[in-house]
Amino acid sequence: MTSSTQTSASNKPVFADEYSARPVFWNSERLSLLMLVFYATLFVVVLILPLGILISRSFTDRNENWVGVTNYTTYFASPERYTSLSNSIFVSSLTALIVTFLAYVFAFALTRTKMPFKPFFKIVGFAPLLMPSVIKAISLVYYFGNQGVFKSWMFGQSIYGPIGIVLGSVIWTFPHVLVILIAAFSMSDGRLYESAESLKATKWRIFRTVTLPGTLYGAISAFMVAFILVITDFGVPKVIGGNYNVLSTDIYKEVVGQQNFSMGAVVSVILLIPAILAFLIDRQVKKRQRSAMTAQSTIYEPKKSIVVDSFGFAYCALITVITVAIVGMAQYASVVKFWPYDLSFTLDHYQFDVAGAGFDNFFNSLKLALSVSIIGTTLAFVGAYIVEKTKSILLLRNIVSAFSMMPIAVPGLVLGLSHLIFINNPSNPLQVLYGGFLILIASTIIHFYTVSHLTATTSLRQLDPEIESVSLSLKIPLYKSFFRVTLPISIPVLLDISIYLFLASMTTVSGIIFLYGPETKVASVAAIHLDEMGETAGAAAMGMLIVYACLFVRLLYLLLGSWLIKKSQVWRVR
Amino acid sequence: MDTSIGTQDINSKPYLEVAELRKTFSSFEALKGVTCSVGRGEFLCLLGPSGCGKTTLLRCIAGLERQSSGVIKQDGLDISNLSVEHRDFGIVFQSYALFPNLSVWDNVSYGIKSKKDNRDADLRNAEQLLEMVRLTGHLNKYPAQLSGGEQQRVALARALATSPGLLLLDEPLSALDAQVRLHLRREIKEIQKRLGVTTIMVTHDQEEAMSMADRVAVMQNGQIEQIGTPSDIYTKPNSEFVAGFIGTMNLFDGKMIDANKILLGDVALECVTDLRGNASNIKFGFRPEKVNFNQNSKKYPTNQLKVKIKDFELRGATTRVFLASTHFSDEICVDVWTGEECVSGLKAGSDINITIPPDSIVILSDKKND
Repeated sequence: MTSSTQTSASNKPVFADEYSARPVFWNSERLSLLMLVFYATLFVVVLILPLGILISRSFTDRNENWVGVTNYTTYFASPERYTSLSNSIFVSSLTALIVTFLAYVFAFALTRTKMPFKPFFKIVGFAPLLMPSVIKAISLVYYFGNQGVFKSWMFGQSIYGPIGIVLGSVIWTFPHVLVILIAAFSMSDGRLYESAESLKATKWRIFRTVTLPGTLYGAISAFMVAFILVITDFGVPKVIGGNYNVLSTDIYKEVVGQQNFSMGAVVSVILLIPAILAFLIDRQVKKRQRSAMTAQSTIYEPKKSIVVDSFGFAYCALITVITVAIVGMAQYASVVKFWPYDLSFTLDHYQFDVAGAGFDNFFNSLKLALSVSIIGTTLAFVGAYIVEKTKSILLLRNIVSAFSMMPIAVPGLVLGLSHLIFINNPSNPLQVLYGGFLILIASTIIHFYTVSHLTATTSLRQLDPEIESVSLSLKIPLYKSFFRVTLPISIPVLLDISIYLFLASMTTVSGIIFLYGPETKVASVAAIHLDEMGETAGAAAMGMLIVYACLFVRLLYLLLGSWLIKKSQVWRVR
Repeated sequence: MDTSIGTQDINSKPYLEVAELRKTFSSFEALKGVTCSVGRGEFLCLLGPSGCGKTTLLRCIAGLERQSSGVIKQDGLDISNLSVEHRDFGIVFQSYALFPNLSVWDNVSYGIKSKKDNRDADLRNAEQLLEMVRLTGHLNKYPAQLSGGEQQRVALARALATSPGLLLLDEPLSALDAQVRLHLRREIKEIQKRLGVTTIMVTHDQEEAMSMADRVAVMQNGQIEQIGTPSDIYTKPNSEFVAGFIGTMNLFDGKMIDANKILLGDVALECVTDLRGNASNIKFGFRPEKVNFNQNSKKYPTNQLKVKIKDFELRGATTRVFLASTHFSDEICVDVWTGEECVSGLKAGSDINITIPPDSIVILSDKKND
C-alpha cells in the first residue's frame, strides 16, 4: 500500500491510499469478531458455567464434599422420589397428546377452511399467552374443585392432581403448539391439492393422503415442544398438583423446603435428560420438515365447503367459550368476597393487605418485563445478525449459534437454580447481584433466548444475503448498513420478539422463583405465594392484574405496531 | 492453457492479475489453480456450467471468499488478503440486492461518503449514471415499485457511483425476462465502454458472454479451459468441452493419416493444420453453419459426403438439418437459412451431397476429455 500505485494513468481514485490513511484496525471483520467473543463470553457466564456448577453440585453432599453418584443412588432408592419421574413423563405425554390434537384441529380450521371470524379466533387461540398459570389453576379449582360449579363432572376424582395438571397444562401450552401447527399447515404445497382434486379424490381422502402426511412432522414437533413445556413447567403443578409430585415441584421442595441444594441439583439433572432428548428429537424432525417446500410450491387457497366450514366455526367457537370461561371465572374469583359462602362484590382483594404482597410486585413485574423486552430483543437480534450475516470465524459463529439454541432445552427452574448456586458462591464476584433486578433480567432473557433468536434468524434469512456484500463493496462498514438498512427492514420482527419477551416475562414463574429478593418479587411469584397461603381470591386478583397488563400491552402493540409498520415500511407497498 | 492477455494490452501492464488461485470448501476443490489477467478497461466474461468455479473466482476477487492459496493483484497492488471494504470494486448481483427500504437515489448515493472532499463531484457522477441508465424520473421510488430490469439498472448505477476501478457482475441478467435481458445486455456493454471501467462478468449464458465480452474465459471443474476473444473461442476452441459448450459443433473421433488429411470412418477429409500425420487418434469437428449444402459443388471434391436427411428442426432464421451417413455412425447437423433453395423440396429420407470446407475443420487438442 504505497503511493507508487498512484502512477497509474487512471483518473479513478486509488483506494489503497485512502484506506491506508485511516486506522484499519476497526474494520467490520474485527468488529464482528469482537462481538462474537462478547456473545460467547456472555453465554459461558450466564449459561454454561452455572449449568456446569449445578451438575457438579449434584455429585456433592450438603457441605459440598465430593460424594460421587451417592445422591443419585439415594434418589433412585426412595420410591417417593423417583415416582415423580414417571409422574412427570405421564402428565407431559398425556398433555402433549391432547393439546396437539386440539390445536391441530384449531390450526386446520384457521388455515384450511373459509369459516368467518378467522382473525378473531386466531387472537383467541393465543390468548392463554396473556395468563399466568395461577389464573388457569384457580379457574379450574372454581369449576371442578371440592366446591366447584361442575364438581359432579369429576366423578369423585380430585382436580388437585394429574387431572388438574393436564387440564391446566393443555390450556397454557395451546398457543405454543398452535403456532407450530399453523406454520406446518401454511407450508403445505398447494400443487399437491390441485393434483389430488384433479384426480377426483374425496375430501377425506385428500385429508388422509395430502394434509396429514404434509403436517405430520409439524405435529410431531408440536408434541415434542408441548412435552418439553409441560415437563419443565412449575407454575401449574405447583398450584393445582396437590400431592401429586412431579420433577419440577420436587426441585422446589428440595431447595426451598429442605434447603437441600445437592438433591435439588440431582432432580434438575434428571429433569434435564428428558427435556434434552425431546429437544433433540424435535430438531431432527424439523430438519426433515424444511425440505418439503420448494421454490415452485404454491400457497394453498381453501375452497368454500358448508360442512367443513361450519365444523371449523363450531369448534373454534367452543374453544373461545372455554377460554372466556377460564378468564371470566378468575375475574369473578377476584371480586367475590368469600367464595362460595359470601358472593357479594368487592374490590378488597386488589388491596393485597397480606404480608409480602402488594402493588410493588406488579410494578416489579412491569419493570422486569420491560427490561427483558428491550435488552432481550436487542441481544437476540444483534446475536442472530452476527451469526447469520458476518463472515468472521465460522467455528466461533457455530459455537455462538449452538449456545443460542441451548436455553430452550433447559427448564426455567433448572436455569434459576443454577443461577442461584452459581451466584451464591462466596468466591463469585457476581454475588452482589443476588436479590437484585439484574440477575432476574439476565435469567429471564436467557430462559426465553432461543425462541427470540430463532425468530430473528428466520427473518434475517429472508433478506437478500448479498446486502452486506454490496455495503462492504461500497466501503460502508457493516454496522452502518445494519442501522440504515437491516434494522429498519426488521421492525416488524423486532416488535414480534419484544412482545413475546414482554408477555413471557410477565407470566413466568419458574425462571425466577429462586432468584427474587424482597425488593424484586414479581406479581406472578406473589400470586403463587398468595395461593400457597390460602389467599385464593388475592392470588386471582394478582393474576388478573397481569392479564390486564398483558392485554393492555398487546393492544398497545397492535395500535403502535401497525402505526410504526405503516410509517417505516412504506417501501413494501408496490 | 492459453493465458496470454488480449492484443490491445500486450504492451501495458494488466490491471488485474490472478495467479495460481486455489479455493477449497471442506472437501470440495472449487478452484484448482486459476491464473488469468485482465487488461485495463477490458471486459472479461467468466463462462461455464454451474459448479465450474466461476462465481467462486469472482467472489475471491471481491474478497467475499478468501482463497486457500494464490495471489490476486489489482493495479499492481497485492490485494489477496485485503478485506472486502478495503478493496476497490463495485458489484452487481443476480438478485440485485438493492436496499429495499431506500429510494432509488439513496441506493445509488449510498456509498458516497458525507465527509469526502469530492462529494459534489461524486453526486454529479451519480446523477449522470442515473441518466445513463434512464432512471432520472424514478429517483424517489422504492425498489419494490420498479420492474426487474429497472432494479438491475439501479444496482448497476449504485455499483458504479463510487467510480470503482473494477466492476464485478455476478450473473446480472439471469433473473430477467428474455426481452429485457437482450436490451440490458447492450446497455451494460455501452456504459462499460463509455466509462472504460475494467469489468469481470460471470455468466452461464454463452450468447451473453460472446456478445458482451472483449475476452471470454471458459471454465470447467475449477479451471480455465480456454481464454480468448469471443471469435477465437468460437472458431478455434482448444478442447472438446469448449467446442461443445459454445455453440454447436459436430464432433468426431478420427485419425490423422497424412499431413492435412483426416480419416473419418472410411472417408479421408482434407483439412488445414500444422499437425504431422502419424496415424494418431484425434478429435475434430466443424460448426453446423460451415457445411455447404450445394449438391453439385465443384470445390473440394475430396470433402464431399453422401448423406441421408433424417429430420428438420425449424429454429427461426435458420433450420437445422440432421443427417446420417453410411460411412460412420455419428449424426451430423447442418444449419441452413430457412427457406433457402438448396433445401426446399427436400424431405426426410432424401439422399444428398454435402461439402465440408477444409478450413472449417477444427482439430481439437488430442487430450481426451471425459
